[in-house]
Amino acid sequence: MDLVNLFVKSIFVENMVFAYFLGMCSYLAVSKTVKTAVGLGAAVIFVLLITVPVNYLIDNYILQSGALSWLGSEFADVDLSFLSYIMFIAVIASMVQLVEMIVEKFAPALYGSLGIFLPLIAVNCAILGGSLFMQQKDFNGISEAVTYGAGSGIGWFLAILAIAAIREKIAYSNVPAPLKGLGITFIITGLMAIGFMSFMGIEL
Amino acid sequence: MDTKKNQDNAMKETEKKKELMMFLSGSEEKEHFLSSANRKILSDPLNDDNPITVQVLGICSALAITVQLKPAIVMSLAVVFVMAFSNVIISLLRNSIPGRIRIIVQLVVVAAMVILVDQILKAYAYDVSKQLSIFIGLIITNCIIMGRLEAFALGNGPYKSLLDGIGNAAGYGLILIIIAFFRELLGSGKLLGYEVLGHKGLTLADSTGLYALGYEDNGFFLLSPMALIVVGVIIWVQRSRNRKLIEEN
Repeated sequence: MDLVNLFVKSIFVENMVFAYFLGMCSYLAVSKTVKTAVGLGAAVIFVLLITVPVNYLIDNYILQSGALSWLGSEFADVDLSFLSYIMFIAVIASMVQLVEMIVEKFAPALYGSLGIFLPLIAVNCAILGGSLFMQQKDFNGISEAVTYGAGSGIGWFLAILAIAAIREKIAYSNVPAPLKGLGITFIITGLMAIGFMSFMGIEL
Repeated sequence: MDTKKNQDNAMKETEKKKELMMFLSGSEEKEHFLSSANRKILSDPLNDDNPITVQVLGICSALAITVQLKPAIVMSLAVVFVMAFSNVIISLLRNSIPGRIRIIVQLVVVAAMVILVDQILKAYAYDVSKQLSIFIGLIITNCIIMGRLEAFALGNGPYKSLLDGIGNAAGYGLILIIIAFFRELLGSGKLLGYEVLGHKGLTLADSTGLYALGYEDNGFFLLSPMALIVVGVIIWVQRSRNRKLIEEN
């Protein structure tokens, strides 16, 4: 039950885009058509699903203070947590590279449709944000980390899908010239975020 | 007679200064330290090429920390520091970085700078560092830094890259501070923690300033969605004043 709760919470209540503004840059840049938005969203789900658990293991068995005690008692009070940024980003960059190679080898069609978005994910702040929130939330057990990764990825996917659909439609509306493009997208995102606030406090 | 003498002296002084400046900047043919091209690198990002409102870079961390002015200012300073130094370092290394692994090299340089900032903040401004929580860490993936490294530092010399880094970080900070100013003023009636609109007491009689007249804070500005709408309005104002930035659709 706890896992379901965490899952729903990470999709709706703590939505990466609407509650924390993470991954905004690619969210704004790649949301012009639904098709590319779906591609990028799927890639983000995939990468979050892998990097959050991997970083959870690294954090718990290498970086936290006392995490190295499995090496022997003399390592029990080593605290490497100041290295977490650099470790997380290295894991993310290499995972993205790995995912790119695997997808290219086994699913060339998907690789073709994702195109340049895969390497771009390395600098999507939603991915690093997922790992840093994971560290802050202090999960117990890797299953929670997997659930959180999947949930926040799906939340990001939903957000970019929704804005892309709205932007496709808004091309037919008469927006004031200075507000066209970026400006109106910001305001729509703000209104959507207000909508998402109605999920606040929901628990299953 | 005395005034003329003074004028002569003053002219001689300015000529001497000019010579000194030329000497400092190398030789006559060499570009002046603040030549118009260099000034443009520094000033363009403040308006025509603003990283947030025009290039759409660095939005992620820009919005979440603008509830109050103080964290916004600290964040801007942190980004100025990280951007200036990482731009210079990457620009110095630009001829020896292999193209295929440049993203990882850039991330490592930026991450090292961010760790420095993070540790300094933890040591000297602990409560601000708590307030900014993971957003200091997220400077690493702040697209404004990667974007400028890719677009500028990889192709230009260290001095120009330094100017570009400072200029873009200042453009970013400018927007951040504008957003935070309105959100803190309208949302909680304070600026940098000082109650500029008067003190709000429990009843109307206890209150001073605007609150005594029945003014209420707009709590909506404290919520995150308002940051997006404020940015939207800033873009609107900027583009209606600067019409060449208007998009086709």
